[in-house]
Amino acid sequence: MTAKVGVVVFPGSNCEHDVVEAVDAIGGTGELLWHKDCHLGDVDAVVLPGGFAHGDYLRTGAMARFSPIMAAVACFARDGGPVVGICNGFQILTEAQLLPGALYKNQGLRFLCQPTMLEVESTSSVLTRELVRGDQLNIPINHFEGNYICSDKTLAELRDNNRIVLTYMDNPNGATADIAGICSEGGNVVGLMPHPERAAHPLLGSTDGALLLKGLISGD
Amino acid sequence: MSAMFDVTVEVGLRDGIADPEGLTIERVLPALGFSGVSGVRVGKMLRFVVEALDEDEARQRVEAMCERFLANPVIEEVGIAISGMS
Repeated sequence: MTAKVGVVVFPGSNCEHDVVEAVDAIGGTGELLWHKDCHLGDVDAVVLPGGFAHGDYLRTGAMARFSPIMAAVACFARDGGPVVGICNGFQILTEAQLLPGALYKNQGLRFLCQPTMLEVESTSSVLTRELVRGDQLNIPINHFEGNYICSDKTLAELRDNNRIVLTYMDNPNGATADIAGICSEGGNVVGLMPHPERAAHPLLGSTDGALLLKGLISGD
Repeated sequence: MSAMFDVTVEVGLRDGIADPEGLTIERVLPALGFSGVSGVRVGKMLRFVVEALDEDEARQRVEAMCERFLANPVIEEVGIAISGMS
């Protein structure tokens, strides 16, 4: 049986079809979920895709965290279900307090759309469990607010518990400790600014993103 | 008997959090002839009207809104000004 990955569509999401296609291409089944749904159905994993949910009004992710489906996502996450937030999805997960810290404007005040080299820092997350620490991945970013900020206390907690999942090799946005992605204590909730679904086919210039998404559908 | 209160909420970045927008504005000002300006911080302002029994209740409600929704306490702090509607 193939793993079913629910991809939540908020008004303003724009990467949901890319995620579904990438998941299908690696042997999973992607399924779109509407943000007003109150249930996740029988999905094995959830992805909050990139975009501008609710127009990014007030703050990125500030409105989306109150979408009806987020209560179900939070329950699913608390029960250990794999939840991945990509870009805007990462911003939503921090606003929903499923992950600590916040994403703020890039240090250089530029919208960044470019390939980045990432290093795998931890293999205890659902995205990196198939990889080896120190693996280098070529995956693009596409954001204006990707500068990860957290308190010193949170940073120490992330470091001590192996929760920094991916770091930039050449920090493009000023993120604290070069952080590109982090995970929850259990490793089942992951947020990352780079877009693995945009590096999931040879025609896109890299297939490294598929390596991450494979972790999501591999199960335990 | 409830009353209406004018509310102004200023949302700004917490001290210690770099503000690239503020820094850029600060760098530009001298080039336009405005010297001696420092500490520029950019934020946003929300204005609305709240119905409450008294000013204390209005403030409590606004503080709760800020904490839950209007600001992100990880990076932002708020200033709240309340006055009775004329």
